[in-house]
Amino acid sequence: MLSKSQIARRIAKEIKNGQYINLGIGIPTLVANYIPDHLQVVFQSENGLLGIGPFPKASDTDPDLVNAGKETISMVKGSSLFDSAEAFAMIRGGHIDMAILGALEVSENGDISNWKISSGLVKGVGGALDLVASEARLLVAMHHCHKDGSSKLLKECKLPVTGVKCVHKIFTDLGIFGILPEGGFKLLERAPGVSLDEIRSKTEGKLVIKGEIPEMESFD
Amino acid sequence: MIDKSLNNASEAIRDITDGAVLLLGGFGLCGIPEASIKALAERQIKDLTCISNNAGVDDFGIGLLLKKRMLRKLIASYVGENKEFEKQYAASLLELELIPQGTLAERIRAGGAGIPAFFTPAGIGSDVAKGKEIREFDGRLYLLERWIKADFALIKAWKGDTAGNLIYRGTARNFNPLMAAAGKITIAEVEQLVPAGALDPNHIHTPGIYVQRIFQGESYEKRIENVTISA
Repeated sequence: MLSKSQIARRIAKEIKNGQYINLGIGIPTLVANYIPDHLQVVFQSENGLLGIGPFPKASDTDPDLVNAGKETISMVKGSSLFDSAEAFAMIRGGHIDMAILGALEVSENGDISNWKISSGLVKGVGGALDLVASEARLLVAMHHCHKDGSSKLLKECKLPVTGVKCVHKIFTDLGIFGILPEGGFKLLERAPGVSLDEIRSKTEGKLVIKGEIPEMESFD
Repeated sequence: MIDKSLNNASEAIRDITDGAVLLLGGFGLCGIPEASIKALAERQIKDLTCISNNAGVDDFGIGLLLKKRMLRKLIASYVGENKEFEKQYAASLLELELIPQGTLAERIRAGGAGIPAFFTPAGIGSDVAKGKEIREFDGRLYLLERWIKADFALIKAWKGDTAGNLIYRGTARNFNPLMAAAGKITIAEVEQLVPAGALDPNHIHTPGIYVQRIFQGESYEKRIENVTISA
């Protein structure tokens, strides 16, 4: 079973040279820490920055420089700043290559639910609705199950849906899953030490296992 | 050049009255019009409609207006950081309209640019699409969304001149330039107010035509919501 940072490390391997990427809040934010040095990629923050850099030193925090999670950040060389309409023009207009988002649920036909909901109140969705409707390749990073043990990979989303048929790949603590065009989670890789039986028992939607499923490289 | 400068926040917001519709700039607590909000919180006004990406926190930003029960309605993309909001919403003291962030930005931009409606893919298949016109273009479905305009826009910039020209800093720009154009009366507060002519016209982000009033705020707190540092 993978930790959050191991999920992020595995997702980082999906990133290709020259891509512009939007990272959601949570596990996706961690992905930036694991980009190999030889790749040139640019991270967008939908509050108006291309070129998110590492978290600053304590002495360099700037209240005028935060990411979409309202965390203090830095800018890399060659960054640019813009307003919120411009930020979403980049997203809707198909200029962002990849979006990596967290989710509460994903359905077997690629629907996603990631409205922030707590104590019964829908607290909003921020930029996720725009991202899932864009043409960016959409990767989802999440735990395979809710805290109560119920599956987050479902036949149909139970919570309000954010986008339909938009997820390309799902990365959980148990494995990596593609979405088949006819519907179904296609198991692509399993996490080190995780059995197919465990994945079967924790996936509520239609799971497709074909041929030998490779185990991910270990993370040490 | 027209001089739009005023002495302080209370002078700038003097004629905001009950039931006014306000646009408030900022993302989280970054780039919010903190001086105008503080001045507003000192007045006895009610039934405001506030349109802003977020709701502030309990003791800063729009949270100050919530605490004094000055809002009737909030239009935002995310309201997760405010307990007072939750309390009032649960007690039905407040209406909430949640809008996808990019749609919120574009609706405000459209308001300022004289575009009454536009089609966007964001929200198709979700509750956001309920009751809205859907049309197919080139094989994809899009939602019709309306413009947003307001009686007043309260915005914040880094530097401004007496003619209302504005320059923002970092990600504090966010919704501010869009809202500047969508307010019938736009009130800009700046950290540094300079005479017209002191800013390089090449560097202006918001042209002064959109700004009706400008003042220099005092002692900016510029609170950070989440301090994150690397070792």
